[in-house]
Amino acid sequence: MPRLSRASPAALLLWLGGCTGQQSALDPAGHAAERLADLFWVMLIGAAIIWVLVIGLAVYAVRLKDEPEHPVMGNALIIGGGVAFPTIVLGGLLTYGLILMPDLRAPGGDGLAIEVVGKQWWWEVVYRPPGGAPVVSANEVRLPVGQRVEFVLTSPDVIHSFWIPSLGGKLDMIPGRVTRFALEPTRTGTFRGQCAEYCGTSHALMAFAAIIMEQEDFDRWLAEQGRPAFESGDAEIERGKALFLGNGCGACHTIRGTPAAGRIGPDLTHVGSRLTLGAGILPNEVEAFVRWIGHTQEVKPAALMPAFGMLRESDLLAIARYLESLQ
Amino acid sequence: MSDGAQTARPEDDAADAARRRAQAERLLKTWETPKGWRYWSAVNNSEVGAWYTALAFIFMMFAGALALLMRTQLAIPENDFLSADFYNQAFTLHGSIMMFLFAVPMFEAFSIFVLPEMLGARDMPFPRLSAYGFWSFVIGGVFVCGSIFFDAAPQGGWFMYPPLTTEYQPGVGADIWLLGLSFIEIASIAAAVELIVGILKCRPPGMRINLVPLYGWYVLAVAGMVLFAFPPLIAGDLLLEMQRAFHWPFFDPDKGGDPLLWQHLFWIFGHPEVYIIFLPAIALAAMIVPTFAQRPIFGYSWIVLAAIGTAFISFGLWVHHMYTTGLPLISLGFFSAASVAVAIPTGIQLFAFIATVLTGNVVRSIPMLFVTGALAIFVFGGLTGVMVALAPFDWQAHDTYFVVGHLHYVLIGGMLFPVVAGAYYYYPLLAAKTMSASLGRIAFWLMFVGFNVAFFPMHFTGLLGMPRRVFTYPADLGWDWLNLTSTVGAYIFAAGFLIVVWDVVRPKGRQPISERNPWNAGTLEWASEMPGKPWGSRCVPIVESRYPLWDQPDFVRKIDEGSFYLADAEELKRETLVTTVLDAEPVQVQRVTGPTFLTAIAAAFTGASFIFATFHWWWLAVVSGILAMATIIIWLWKDTGRPPEKPQKDVGLGLSLPLYVSGPHSCGWWAMFITMTGDVVAFSGLVFGYFFFWTIHEHFPPEPTAGPGLFWPVTGLVLLAASWGLTTGARIWNGRGDPRALRRALGLAVPLAAAGAAALLAGPYLAGLDPTEHVYPATVWVLVGWTSVHVGLGMIMQLYCLARSLAGLLTPEYDMDIWNVALFWHFTALTALVAVAVVAFFPLVA
Repeated sequence: MPRLSRASPAALLLWLGGCTGQQSALDPAGHAAERLADLFWVMLIGAAIIWVLVIGLAVYAVRLKDEPEHPVMGNALIIGGGVAFPTIVLGGLLTYGLILMPDLRAPGGDGLAIEVVGKQWWWEVVYRPPGGAPVVSANEVRLPVGQRVEFVLTSPDVIHSFWIPSLGGKLDMIPGRVTRFALEPTRTGTFRGQCAEYCGTSHALMAFAAIIMEQEDFDRWLAEQGRPAFESGDAEIERGKALFLGNGCGACHTIRGTPAAGRIGPDLTHVGSRLTLGAGILPNEVEAFVRWIGHTQEVKPAALMPAFGMLRESDLLAIARYLESLQ
Repeated sequence: MSDGAQTARPEDDAADAARRRAQAERLLKTWETPKGWRYWSAVNNSEVGAWYTALAFIFMMFAGALALLMRTQLAIPENDFLSADFYNQAFTLHGSIMMFLFAVPMFEAFSIFVLPEMLGARDMPFPRLSAYGFWSFVIGGVFVCGSIFFDAAPQGGWFMYPPLTTEYQPGVGADIWLLGLSFIEIASIAAAVELIVGILKCRPPGMRINLVPLYGWYVLAVAGMVLFAFPPLIAGDLLLEMQRAFHWPFFDPDKGGDPLLWQHLFWIFGHPEVYIIFLPAIALAAMIVPTFAQRPIFGYSWIVLAAIGTAFISFGLWVHHMYTTGLPLISLGFFSAASVAVAIPTGIQLFAFIATVLTGNVVRSIPMLFVTGALAIFVFGGLTGVMVALAPFDWQAHDTYFVVGHLHYVLIGGMLFPVVAGAYYYYPLLAAKTMSASLGRIAFWLMFVGFNVAFFPMHFTGLLGMPRRVFTYPADLGWDWLNLTSTVGAYIFAAGFLIVVWDVVRPKGRQPISERNPWNAGTLEWASEMPGKPWGSRCVPIVESRYPLWDQPDFVRKIDEGSFYLADAEELKRETLVTTVLDAEPVQVQRVTGPTFLTAIAAAFTGASFIFATFHWWWLAVVSGILAMATIIIWLWKDTGRPPEKPQKDVGLGLSLPLYVSGPHSCGWWAMFITMTGDVVAFSGLVFGYFFFWTIHEHFPPEPTAGPGLFWPVTGLVLLAASWGLTTGARIWNGRGDPRALRRALGLAVPLAAAGAAALLAGPYLAGLDPTEHVYPATVWVLVGWTSVHVGLGMIMQLYCLARSLAGLLTPEYDMDIWNVALFWHFTALTALVAVAVVAFFPLVA
C-alpha cells in the first residue's frame, strides 16, 4: 500500500491545532497505527467528497432547481447513486481494509513477549525476554523500537481493553480468555495508553505510560528492572521502609528484596523509576505519593486500596520518600 | 383534492341528511372518550397514542438533561462537577433511556396514533393491549429513570457487559436495568404484534399490499425486527438476572461460563435495534417528502425492497460491535463485508427520496427543512459508519469518542430530526392547530448548528485517544478545547430543542383551527376532520390508489357522507373492518373493546411483580404476578371474543360480513401466531447459549457430570405430546359440534400437562444437577424451566377454555379461544421437543 504523503492532511492538522499528542491515533509511532492513520485520511477525504456530492444534490433538488427534472433522472439517480456507485466504492474500500488485516495482526516473533493483566483499575505487566527470567512491573509498558513484540492479554476481574493509540488498535482483555496481538513501534518517544472498555467506577483513571526506547537502552532498563529493590541506607528512607512494612503494605504489594510479597496490588520494586503513579494519573513525585497514599479514594474512587489518611503527615512523607527512592 | 365539504349537497333530500346525522350521533356516542377522571380509562388509539408519544418525549428530555450534566462535567479537564459514580449512572441511563424509553417506544407510540388514520380503520385491532403497553411503559419507565434520584441507577453502561454487571456491581442498579427494561421490552413486543396485525388485517378494502403507504411497510418491517431482535435480549436478560439473583454461572468463566455469550445475545439485539430506530424515521420522511414534492414517492418498489433488505441484513452485522474481542480474522472479514453492504439498501432509500424531490415541485416548509437537515447529518453518520464497519479501522475507533460522534450522527440525523419533522408535519392531526414556522426555523438552525458543533469534534477527540465513558480526563492530551466546543454545542442544540417543545405546548387558544389537510397531502390520514373525531374515520373507505386524496375524485366528501363501509354503529358497539392480508378484501367486522381501568390495573400488578423481583422480595413478586394474571383473565373473560348477538351484519354498500371469525381469518389467531414466533426466538436464544457453551468446552456435559438422562425427559415429552394432541383434538371435536368432547379432552389434557412438566423437571433434579455449580447444569435447568413455565401457561389456557365452554362462551360456532390455545400448544410442543432433543439426545451424539 503506497504511503500517503503526510503533507496532504497538513492543513487540516494545523486547523485542528495538531493531532499530535501522547495518545493520538493520528500521530502514529507504530506500524499498525501508521497504516490505520493512512486508511483514515483516505476514508475521510472520500467521505468528504461523497458528502458534498449528495448534499449538494439534495440542496439543488430542494432549493435551486426551477422545474421538476425528468423521471429518467430519478431512475438514474437510484440505480447510479444508490446501487452502482456504492457497490464499486465499498468493494474497493473493503478490499483495501481487509488486505490490511493479516499484516496488522501478524503474530510477534520469538522475541520479547509481554503479558499484560488488566485489573480494576491498573495494569500488571510481565516482560518475558527470550531465554531470560520474567520481569514483573506495573502501569508502564516499555518497548524496543523496531521490534515486533507479542502482547498476551488477560483479566481476572472484568473486561478491559488494552490500547496504545500511537502504536495501533486495541484488544480486549476478557476474563476466562487469553487474547494476543503484536505491536511494532517505529520511533522512540513517550506515549500513553488507556483502558478503552468501560470497566467500572474509575475506568477513566486506568491509563499507563508507553515508552519506546532504543534496543540497547531497553535491554539496560530491563536488566535494572529484574534486580531486587535499591537499598539506600539513608535513615529517613529506612524509616519509610519500616513504616511501609509496619503498616501492612506488603500484604498487597511486592518489593523484591524485602519481606513485602503481596500479589494483590502493583509490584513496587522499581516504582520510583516509573513515569507516573496510580496507573497513569499522577506524576511520579513525592507529593503525589503522599496524596495517593493518604487520599486514595479521592484520587481513584472505589479503588481496592484503602486510604492511609490516618497516618501522620511525616509518616506519609517518609513512605513517599522511600517509594520514590525505589529507582 | 381537499374539497372540505362538510355539508350535504342540495340534491340530497332531508331524510338522507337526518339518517346521516343519526348515524354520526350513534358513532360519536359509541366512540366517545370518557370524561373526568375516567378519561384515563380510555383505550382508543388517538388517546393512548398521544399519551404514549408525549411520555416518550418526556423521557427523552430527561435523558437529554443527563447528557447536559455529562457535557458540563467534561467541559474542562479534571472537573469535579459530578462524581464518578453519578457520571457512570448518568451515561448508563442516558443510553438506556434514549434506546428503550424513547427511540423504540416513540415509533410504536406514534404508529399506534397514526396507523389507524392511515388505514382508515376505527382503531387498532387490540386497543386494550395498546393501553396495557402504555401503562407498563409508564411504570417501568418511571422506575428506571427514578432510580438515579436514589443513587441506585444502573452503572454498567447501556450494554451491561458482565462480569462487571454481575459480581462487580452488587447494588440494585443492574437489577433495575434488567427487570425494569425487560418489562418494557415485553410491552414493546406486544405493541409490535399489534402493529403487524394492524397492517396485515385492518387495511381498508381495496388497499392491496402494493398500495400500502410506505409508512405501513416500514412499520411492518420494523415490528418484524422487534419480534426477532428483542427476544434474544430478553433471553440474555433472563440469564444475567439468574446469575445475579441465584448464582447460575452463565457468564462466570470460573464455572464454565463465558462473558462473550452476553455480548453475542446483546448485539444480536443491539444492531438490529439501530435499524429499528432508523427505519421508522425514514418512514416519516417517506410520508413527508412526497407531500412537499407534490408528487408520489419515486421508486416505491425500490424503497420497499430496500427497507426489507436493510431489515434482513441488519441481523447479520452484530459482530461489528465485537471487533476488538479477539475473534478470528475470517469472522471479522465476513462481518466487515456484511456491515459495509448494509450501506447499499440504505443508500437506495435516501436516493429515492432525493429523486422524488428532484422530479417534483418542492414546497418549502419546516418539515422539509428538518428532513433536509436529517439527510445532511445522517449521510455523514453513514459515511463514518462505513469507516467503523472496516474491522482494522475500528480497532482504533472502537469505544472512543469517534464512535460516540458516529452514533449520534446516525441516531440524531436518522431519528431525532425526522421525528421533529414528523412533529411539525403531523401536529395538526393531533391538535388541529399548526406549529409556528418562524419558531420552527429558529429551532432548526439552533439544533442543526448546535448538533454539529457538539458532535463533529468528537470524531477527532476519539482519534486523539479519548475513550468513551470516562468521567474525567487529564489536561495535556489535546482534548481540552475539543471537549469545551462539544459542550457549548450541546447547550445550543438543547436550546433549539426546547424551542420545539415550547412550540408544541404553548397555548394556541387564539390561533385558528387548522384547515383540513393543510399540506395538501395525498394519503388517507389527512382525510381527518379538524379537529378529529374520536371515531377515527366517519366510514371505512374503499382505496384504489397510494394517494387517494390526490387520485380518487370526491374522496373526502364521500367519507364525510358515510358513503363507504361501516358508516353506522347500530348496536352502539365499537367495530372495525378486517380484511385479507394480500388483497384487502373485507372478511369480518371486528368488535373492538372499549374503555376500562383493567388494563392499567393489570399493568400495575405486572410492574409490581417486576419491581419486587428487583429487590428480591420473591413472595410479593409472585403474589403480584398472580394478581396480574387474574386481572388479565378477568379482562379477557368479560370483553374479549364474546359471541355476538347475531352472526352477520350489514356494513353498507350491500355487503354483509360475519361479526365473529376464528382461526387463521381472525386477528386474534394472527396475534397469537406472531407472539409465539417471538417467544420461539427467545427460546432459540437460550438454545444458542447451550451450543455456544458446547463449542467452547471440550466436553459438554463436562466430565464426569452426566446429563438428565433419557427416561425423564422422554417421559415428559410423551406426556406433553399427549396434552398437545388432546388440545388440538378438543378444537377439532368442538368444531364438529361436540363441546362435551372438548371438555373431556381438556379435562384430561391439564393433568397430563402437569405430569409432563413435572417429568421434565425431574430429569435434572433426580440427576442431582446443581445449577450454581457449573454452566452445564444451569443451561439444562434454564431450558427445562423455560419449557415448564410455558406448559404452566398452557394449562391456565386449557382451564380457561374449559371454563368458557362450561359458561357457554366457547361453542362450536364461536371457538376463537380454543383455536388460539391450540396454536399456543403447537408452539409449546415444539419448544418441549427442542428442549428434550437438546438436553437428552444431543449429548448422545455430540
